Parts: sequence; C-alpha cells; structure tokens
Amino acid sequence: MVLRLWPGVSGIFTETMASNMPVAYSKGGSTMESEILGSMIEVRFHGRGGQGAVVASNILAEAGFLEGKEVSAFPFFGVERRGAPVTAYTRVSDRKIRIKSGIYAPDFVIVMDPTLVKAVNVVEGLKPEGLVLVNTKENADSLRRGLGITGEQKVATIDATGIAIKHRLGSKAAPIVNSSVLGAFARASGLVKLESLVSSIRHNVPVKLDENTAAAKEAFESVVMQ
Amino acid sequence: MKIMMTGNYASAYGAMAAKAEVVAAYPITPQTSIVEKIATLVSSGEMKCQYVKVESEHSAMAACISASQTGARAYTASSAHGLTLMHELLIWASGARTPVVMSNVNRAMGPPWSVWADQHDTMAQRDTGWMQVYCDSNQEVLDSIIMAYKVGERADIMLPSMIIEDAFILSHTMEPVDYPDPELVEGYLPSFDPRFRLDVDEPYGFGSLVMPNWYMEFRFKINEAMEKTRGAILEAEKEFEETFGRSYGGLMDFYKCEDADAVLVLAGTVASTAKHVADKLRSDGKKVGVARLRCFRPFPYDEVRQLAKMTNIIGVCDRSYTFGHWGPMATEVKGALYGLADVPTVKNYIMGLGGKDLTPEVLEKVFVKTLQLKDTGLDTEIEWIGVTGHGGW
Repeated sequence: MVLRLWPGVSGIFTETMASNMPVAYSKGGSTMESEILGSMIEVRFHGRGGQGAVVASNILAEAGFLEGKEVSAFPFFGVERRGAPVTAYTRVSDRKIRIKSGIYAPDFVIVMDPTLVKAVNVVEGLKPEGLVLVNTKENADSLRRGLGITGEQKVATIDATGIAIKHRLGSKAAPIVNSSVLGAFARASGLVKLESLVSSIRHNVPVKLDENTAAAKEAFESVVMQ
Repeated sequence: MKIMMTGNYASAYGAMAAKAEVVAAYPITPQTSIVEKIATLVSSGEMKCQYVKVESEHSAMAACISASQTGARAYTASSAHGLTLMHELLIWASGARTPVVMSNVNRAMGPPWSVWADQHDTMAQRDTGWMQVYCDSNQEVLDSIIMAYKVGERADIMLPSMIIEDAFILSHTMEPVDYPDPELVEGYLPSFDPRFRLDVDEPYGFGSLVMPNWYMEFRFKINEAMEKTRGAILEAEKEFEETFGRSYGGLMDFYKCEDADAVLVLAGTVASTAKHVADKLRSDGKKVGVARLRCFRPFPYDEVRQLAKMTNIIGVCDRSYTFGHWGPMATEVKGALYGLADVPTVKNYIMGLGGKDLTPEVLEKVFVKTLQLKDTGLDTEIEWIGVTGHGGW
C-alpha cells in the first residue's frame, strides 16, 4: 500500500512512514507515475484569508523536504483580504520538480474552514481516487453527499477548530487551525511522518510551539477516516 | 546548507551572500518580500549593509548608482511599474559603468492592472545596457546574483545586471535552496575595487557633458564591454560550477536539442515545464527539445546559430509582445539567423501574458503544433495561444 504511494522511495522513509500509518491511505493507479515524473503528489489547500493556508502549504512542503523529498509550495495569489477564500498548493516528489504551473487535478484537498464547502467547489479536479480532508464536526457520510463526491474518492474529517481552541491557538472567534489540520492530514494521507511534520511546524510557527505540536498530535490521533 | 525559501527570499539571500554593501529599494508587488527580507536581515545584523529607504524606484536606482560610484557593491529589486519608472536611471547606470545588480520580478504592465507573470517589463528595458538573466528556479536566482557581480565588476566590463524571476511562479514559491558557504563565496567573489570612484580626497568628475566628438566613443566602449560579457558569463559560470557544483547552461541552455525535429525557445519558468513536456513527448517517440534563453542581453547570437544546425523547426514562445511586430525574442532569434545558408522555419507564439498559466498541457499542444510544421510548412508567422474567443484553447 505504502509502496504504491511512493514507488521510487526505499529505506528509512517508507519504513518509518508505514509504522506511522495505522490508517494509511492508498492512492491507486491515478497517480502521475512515469519514468519522467517519478511519483509526484499534489495537494490543494482551501482556507480563508488569515487562517494560515499559505503557511500550512509551506509547513507540509518542509516536512517532505525534511524526509529528503523534492518539494514546492505556492499560493494562488489573488486579491488578498482577511476572510476571503484563499487557495495554496504543495507538491511533493521523489524527483526534481520541473513543472512550474498551477495544480488542477490534486491527489489531496484540504479544507480548513467548514463554511468553504458551500462557498467553493473544493473537490474540483480531485483525482478519481483522491482524498478530501475537511475541518468540520459534520459526519463524513453527510459531508460526502454534500460535496457530491463519488466512486473511489475518500473523505476524512477532523474538528480542527475544536482542537485549536482547546490548545489556545488563536482566539475562539478566529482559531489558528493549520497545525491541527496538518496533523490530521499526515495520518489520513500518509504523505509525511508525524515527526517530520512536527519538526516543520516548530520551525515555521512563530509562537506557541508546544501548543501547536500538541494540537497536531491530537489531530493525528483523532482524524476520522470514512 | 539547503533551506526552504521563496524566489524572493532567494533574491534577498543572494544579495546577502554576495555581500551587497548598499541596498536602496522601494516595495512593489510582487517584489515586496525581497526588500522586507533584506530589511529584516539588516536589522538583525545578519546582513552588514547600508539599507537606504527611498521615495520611489527612480530614487532607488539613483542611490544605487551613487553608491556603486563610491566603490560600494549595490543591490536593488523591483518589478513592472517600478522598473519602468527607473528607465531613465537604468540607462544612466550602464552609461556610468556601475555594476549594480537588481532582482526584477517579471510582472505584467497595466492597464488593465495585473500583478502576474509576464516579461513585458524587462523586455522593454532591452536597450538600457543591462545584462538580463532569466531564471527558472529559486536556486538559479540566488546563484545568478553572485555570478552577476563577478561578471559586472570585471575591470573590462563594469556593467549592471538584472536577475529575473517570474512573478509568483518563483517569487512566492517555496523550494529547497542551497545557501552557499560564505567562505567559498568570498573566494569566488573578491571585493569590489573599481579603478575610478567618487572620493572626496581624490576628486573626479563623472557623467558630465561631452561634445559630439566624444559621445559616440563612450557608447562604443559600453558596447565593447557588453560584447565581452558573452565570454565573461561563461567563464564566471565555469568557475562557479567548479566552486559550488552548479551550472545553468550559459547564455542559452540546450536541452535535448541535438537531434530534435522541433525546438521551443523559451525564457523563465516556462522553460522548466517545457523540459518536462519534452521528456514526455520523447517517450512517445516525438523528437523535441528546449532551448532556454537564459540571457536576453547579451543576446546568445552564436548559440542561436548553433541551434539552427541542430533542428529545422524553431518555435519561439514569447511571454511579452512588441505591438506592431513580433514578440521580442522571436525578433532577435530571426535576426540572428539572417545570412545562414540553411535557415530553420521559425514560428512565434505569444503566450502566458498577465499570468495566464502555462501548464504542461498547453506546452504539449504548442510542441505538437510546432512539429506539424514539418509537414505543413509555416502556417502563420505568429500565433497567440489561449486567447479566449479567438479559437484559442
């Protein structure tokens, strides 16, 4: 299962990743795997301005980088304002990443704000066997119907808002959910190890390192996989 | 040591690695995080330089020219409307023979207002006497800044350089970048020591009036120096590779061109995506190559003529346009081919203006269109790719 996700990777990465993946997610045949591309995984983040989606895309990339992967992370740069929908992207690959254009058919989608599900077509272009992780208290089955996703596509949920508030990240009105969302994503996707993610979080967040770490770990343990 | 950074941070760290002594800059999207980062590095003491706040890009360049004339290594960064506001001073910088280095983030010119990638801003500075290096990775941005000082500060050159990165596609994209060992940089890039400088103890006059009997001689000397940059860029890159283990292909970076039926000429990040697509097409048996135009000035005249020996069909992909003629790169490529016995078919594509995304799918179609010219001959001199409502896709 793990080897299908990272066919070009061997040794320590795969083994430690496997040990971290009690609910590891298998990608199936839709990954862009070829002699040329290697195995490149593309992730799209949906957040709202001020929530930290761009930072989250950077943290995820750096976690992959710490595992020796080639990575890139970039935002879709629109007219930025607090509260407006924001999109950011991460690529993780076992080869040099030469593609310098946007991501239109992601392997994974991460939705950081539950209200975005109704505002934006968050699953647009999601690969047939892709996975969407949503920060929500909603039940995965009803979310699946709401998103209109079908077939092999998978849904994972996490109450990242609740976890962030519990660990006093941001305010109750505007919690900082990115560390929680990424903790959940690490487990749901198996893309990066929890340890790498935690190192990256601690390197990238300016304050509350321990609280962010605890939130990521709690979310890693409590993500709900459909 | 490899660390994650955006193209803009690579610019800032490039200036720091090269030990720029004076930075004068004015912020503009999408360049802003370059000057923000430099300001942070200066305030924390990591970067030892004089950071000069100015009220416009015009003043930024004036300050850089003045600093350079005192013998200080000067750096600035700009983009689009900021760069074009500098235009007068850009010409002054080369005329005054000041080896200033500037990062420019390629952004479309308004109106209509746009902040996204487009090479119009720098292409419009073709005749200012600046070297222009178009990068396709954050590492190349950082490394090219160091190499630019090495070339520009040579006593027989003394000319400024622009190191160019695509808006957002590099400027705001995080990639792993190796920050070079300061000791190695010090060995590679000696301190700036111009023969003539502004010095109150030994006064000289600079840039004053010359009569018609001498003006042309100054212009001749500038061009003589610019001609020397062709060799100097290659030498600097060779030494860079020996020191740091990285190189970027000189003035024109050929990728699988030797036996190609068709080659695309591109500049900036789109060339990186095109290399990926070329590999894909080659695995399908289609013989295509990529010639990444790394320097627009000095123009890779010899390299373009070499390319004509490798392939019979060239597609030139301009991410800018000169209204009333072809794209600027196509114009220069065709000019370089004039007089050859066997001139390849050259088609010009205009694409990606104002940040229109140049995906692998778009590039594959352009490659296939170009390959088809083998059977059909040149269908049209110039084609705009992806224009909505005009049969585009």
